[in-house]
Amino acid sequence: MTLRYPLIEVRGLVNRFGSQLVHDGLDMEVREDEVFGIVGGSGSGKSVLLRSILGLQHPEAGTVRIQGQDITRLSEAQLRPIKACYGVAFQSGALYSGLTVLQNVQLPMMEHLDLESPVRDELALLKIRLVGLPADAAYKYPAELSGGMVKRAAIARALALDPALLFLDEPTSGLDPVSATAFDDLVLFLQKELKLTIVMITHDLDSIFRTCNRVGVIVNRRMESDTVERIVDHPNPFIREYFHGERARGARIAAHEGATDGGGAAADGERGDGA
Amino acid sequence: MSVEVRRTAAGLQLELAGQWGLRQAETARAQLAAIDLRAVREVEISTRAVESLDLSGAWVLREFLQRASAAGAEVSFQGAPPDQLRVIDQTLKEPTAGSAAEDSDAAPPGAVLLYDVGRYAVHAWHDAVLSFAFLGRALVTFFASLRSLRRLRPISVARHVYDTGITAMPITALIAFLVTVIIAYLSAQELRGLGVDIYVVDLVTIGVLRELGVLLTSIITAGRSASSYAAELGSMQLNEEVDALVATGVDPFEVLVVPRVLGFVIALPLLTVIADLVGLTGGALLCRYLLDMPLTQYINRMNEAIAPTTFWVGIIKAPVFAVLIALAGCYRGMQVRGSARELGHKVTVAVVQAIFLVILADALFAILFMKMDI
Repeated sequence: MTLRYPLIEVRGLVNRFGSQLVHDGLDMEVREDEVFGIVGGSGSGKSVLLRSILGLQHPEAGTVRIQGQDITRLSEAQLRPIKACYGVAFQSGALYSGLTVLQNVQLPMMEHLDLESPVRDELALLKIRLVGLPADAAYKYPAELSGGMVKRAAIARALALDPALLFLDEPTSGLDPVSATAFDDLVLFLQKELKLTIVMITHDLDSIFRTCNRVGVIVNRRMESDTVERIVDHPNPFIREYFHGERARGARIAAHEGATDGGGAAADGERGDGA
Repeated sequence: MSVEVRRTAAGLQLELAGQWGLRQAETARAQLAAIDLRAVREVEISTRAVESLDLSGAWVLREFLQRASAAGAEVSFQGAPPDQLRVIDQTLKEPTAGSAAEDSDAAPPGAVLLYDVGRYAVHAWHDAVLSFAFLGRALVTFFASLRSLRRLRPISVARHVYDTGITAMPITALIAFLVTVIIAYLSAQELRGLGVDIYVVDLVTIGVLRELGVLLTSIITAGRSASSYAAELGSMQLNEEVDALVATGVDPFEVLVVPRVLGFVIALPLLTVIADLVGLTGGALLCRYLLDMPLTQYINRMNEAIAPTTFWVGIIKAPVFAVLIALAGCYRGMQVRGSARELGHKVTVAVVQAIFLVILADALFAILFMKMDI
């Protein structure tokens, strides 16, 4: 094995909107082959952090390294190959509404690669089936899909270029518990079978306990991160409340019970909600 | 990415090496496709030297394996076959619902033209029925909201008068001025040759008051306001704001459609008056400076040229045009569903139809006034 530096390394990140300080010296580290959850209260700057990592938001200070390269100092042209190595599924899907699901998945391929169109069709269909969508969903427009299917289609598009790194912004928000569980299974399946590194923003405690290896909590404009097992016993009062509140208790019990049957059956488990 | 092919007595030995990814998929496919599988009974594949194999690379390899199996060769791997192949097999193995019913909507071969014409006709008929339904519903809502001033939404109406009327004044005035000057100038050139250049005044006065003032204003505002109505309502549809109104028990026709139509019905006649005034002024200025006609003579001639009805024949058309334009914009806007492309399409349709309807209505008015002898 080659030397494993952290896949994503954020150091001393400072973000400010006007007089409002969002991040003040935030550090974060994501290692290969893990599912890293970003949590925090509403308005704590989770999305701003994600936007900083994606290069959509230029931080006031600090460095953001992806695969060792500081993206805050790279030009648009230099960023292009880095952007091809990760996929992003936005919260509301952000599918291009004028294109079918198949065309949505093909768009990154067309922009970055020169493939023959039958190959592109086949590969795009493979990605669509991989995320658990039925094949006929490929020819539908985003407006014709249910909420769960839109989120799956967004992941299919994020996987278009076979990235090693996948960002998910609130993947289970707005889904019913059954679909949300199926979605967690999909995340586990992708992580296991494609050896993906997954970074996800989430509020869903069930999701965190089921899928994440490590969790980073944004508190007081900084991040405290640790493994799921250890972070729940963190001394910080906000973190304790977050993981020990009334809503958290049930989730932890459920996750504990779920750990015995594991996430390996994800592929043939509940797939294709809303289909 | 590389494939090394060795022929043995029993068949082929493939040694895959390097990176097998999406970026190499095209080359890998070409190289694998070039391998001659005739009279090959066994294919042995070694993936030990492969640095990385992603899903796309595995898919290319799988394509080759299927070709080899189809050619009757037995495929085996040195060591375990790559996991990625299993993932793909598993994914594609799962049954999918309804994938067979892909093109149930396609035309039978040989009848494409007929099919298209028929579909277009049915579509146009539906559209016509729906637009009358829309007009009807707007009218019913309007009469229902006449019962109280509050339900007529005076503030909203005022906003639309401002947006579609007041802010359109400069451009309407400018265009009316320029077009009148052009017409006066061209006709002056011709009429001067005949020695009857005084008739320029008749031409300008009657032309502007009866037709040009209202028609120019309507066409400019059709482009301006029909598009903005359609875009506003369309993006509200996309954002589910209209659904939110309905869910709150508010009639979207009452709060969105009627105030827009009403506001425009007030704004367009006023704009037309301004266009008339500016047009006549333009004609007067041109006559004064190009034909050296004193202003008093222009005004006298103007008074002789117009009948008592001339101004009203023009201005009476304005509210009718306003209703057509505003309804075209609102109707198309409310039709937007689903996508950003749909929004652009409906806005275009709204403007084209608004202008078409205005000109059609103008032609009908012309026939009507001719029969009425005014």
